[in-house]
Amino acid sequence: MLNPISLAFKKAKNEKRPALLTYTVAGDSSKKQSLEILKAISNYADILEVGIPHNTPVADGGQIQTSAYRSIKNGIKMNDIFKIVSDFKKSKNSKPVIFMGYYNMIFQYGENNFLKKCKKSGVNGLIVVDLPWPENKIFSKKCKKNSINFIQLLSPTTSNKRLKSITKDSHDMIYYISMLSTTGGKLKVSPKKILANYNRIKKISPKKNCVIGFGITEKTISNFKNTDGLVVGSQICKEITRSLNNRQNPVINVSKMVSKLRKKIS
Amino acid sequence: MKLKKGIPVIDQGDRLGFWGGKFGGNFVPETLKKPIEDLEIQFNKLKNDRNFIKERDEYFKNWIGTPTRFIKLNNLTKHVGGAQIWSKVVSDANGGAHKIYNATVHCLLAKRSGKKVIIGDTGAGYAGKMLSMAAKKFGLKCKIFMGAKDIKRQQPNVKAMKKNGADVIPVYSGSQTLVDAVSECMRFWVANCDTTAMCVGSTVGPAIFVRICGWSTSQISRELKVQLINEFGEVPKKLKLYNCVGGGSSSFGFWNEFMDYDKKQVEFIGVEAGGPSKSKRHAAPLTYGSKIGILHGAAQYVNQNSDGQIEETESISAGLDYPGISPLHCFLKDTKRARYTAASDEEALKAYQIVTKYENLRPSLEPSHAFSVAIKEAKKLSKNTIVVINSCGDAYKDRGILEKKLGKKYVKSN
Repeated sequence: MLNPISLAFKKAKNEKRPALLTYTVAGDSSKKQSLEILKAISNYADILEVGIPHNTPVADGGQIQTSAYRSIKNGIKMNDIFKIVSDFKKSKNSKPVIFMGYYNMIFQYGENNFLKKCKKSGVNGLIVVDLPWPENKIFSKKCKKNSINFIQLLSPTTSNKRLKSITKDSHDMIYYISMLSTTGGKLKVSPKKILANYNRIKKISPKKNCVIGFGITEKTISNFKNTDGLVVGSQICKEITRSLNNRQNPVINVSKMVSKLRKKIS
Repeated sequence: MKLKKGIPVIDQGDRLGFWGGKFGGNFVPETLKKPIEDLEIQFNKLKNDRNFIKERDEYFKNWIGTPTRFIKLNNLTKHVGGAQIWSKVVSDANGGAHKIYNATVHCLLAKRSGKKVIIGDTGAGYAGKMLSMAAKKFGLKCKIFMGAKDIKRQQPNVKAMKKNGADVIPVYSGSQTLVDAVSECMRFWVANCDTTAMCVGSTVGPAIFVRICGWSTSQISRELKVQLINEFGEVPKKLKLYNCVGGGSSSFGFWNEFMDYDKKQVEFIGVEAGGPSKSKRHAAPLTYGSKIGILHGAAQYVNQNSDGQIEETESISAGLDYPGISPLHCFLKDTKRARYTAASDEEALKAYQIVTKYENLRPSLEPSHAFSVAIKEAKKLSKNTIVVINSCGDAYKDRGILEKKLGKKYVKSN
């Protein structure tokens, strides 16, 4: 039986489109609202990345930082985040969930406890921004044992040799960082070049589902229709901030945005 | 966990960059793996390259102005009554603090690797000021990330950076201090690592930055050892080396050359920032038993909540106002080679008053923390004990704070 993440990719492939992955920060702007947002965008997105907010993020740009600080300020705790996921998983139409965060949050929870809790709440995958290969070897094995996808990251600076080793140790899904940037940066590399790198990865590792993230927005997304999956994060976080500033409902606005994103790649 | 003899501490990490199997490492985004590996290869080669060392020593001598003075504080010794109190006046170095050693080495490395831009973080502003000086000297463009709160409280150094042509980029996130400046600097490097070199301002960050910084500041103890032998004919039988510890770059450099001595002969005392005596907040993770966590790419003892969010610190001295601590110091603590304690804001201010009253020396608020503990302990020590305090920064940068806290008379006209 396929795991939920691979199944989501397969469904998208059957519809001849890339899978749409969204990223929102857990607890932004409140626990309740972030759950509502997940439920709403679940109608259009295939896989939901849920950000674990951290206050010393070394790879996030302004938009995601704003969301994360907002959530931390509202008092979000790790257990609340698990609760959001388990509540979401109980709703109809729920989709696979991937946690994305920084290692200290896992380390403080205890790796084993963390994975147990992930499994219990229905988390399907993990992206740990600051736990690169080979440092992640032991932890990624633990994830596999718990049937949780450990998603390896690849970047334009990753050498071919490293790429081969990393993909070899990866599970069903890998994540290509499109350019040298923190999240939310403007796409400063041509889509052609990004796709060339993407194809280089696919050639080495054709069976893994490879998604592209960083710099993917409503404007740029249609350039990447022939890929396994695309991640949109900062633009969604920005929309939440914008809605709050304009006293509008973020749930409705974000949901509209994700529906548009989906249309652009369908 | 054991400290090995005969091997520099900076080289005692394992294959993945962990000291004692658990401090340090490389908790970095994938994008930074390659530039970090490049820097490792370059540094490992150059640190044993005679020409490179010669070049470094020439700049240290002719530009930084080594050696810095080693002086006896006669009046203070008399006033305290106990051990002999000496000071290594590292603030003599060009720019007024020890940060110049690391900045110079990073610029030398950047130059050799063909990078045109160098970026750095700063708390008290010294690391930034020195990096801007060195960048100017070596013809590199320079960007300094500094917390908005620190920009306000360390204006003299901000002005100096700008005068040296550096861009000072205020960081408004989080507590707006050093911790956020380091995060922002690392984020900038993630986005620009193909053209830009990064200098981490202390013995913190991914393992290679810890090593380069420790290697650079070790100049302090190399000089001190020679000066001690000149003065006493040998390394004294009872020697105590006091140093403030924020990230830990000056203390590590002040101690490194004496690492293999028995601690009964050469004792290391690290003084962390205890913060205001009435506040629960502090910047003393070693003294107050903070748990191990990951901050800025390295595992270390760090102030954090139970979830793993890094906690805000509080200290009168911007240079010590950091929630974490160098993996090297975690290692020295757990191997019991060094002893760590803290001084409060008030104690540091009092020590500053005492030192400036008796001596023609103006330690900045950072070393004033070390003076505070040294003065207290020296009282109880015998006359043949040699107490040395690293006066690693000059109080010029603190004039605003000192004026506010102590009144105008403590702030001299320069």
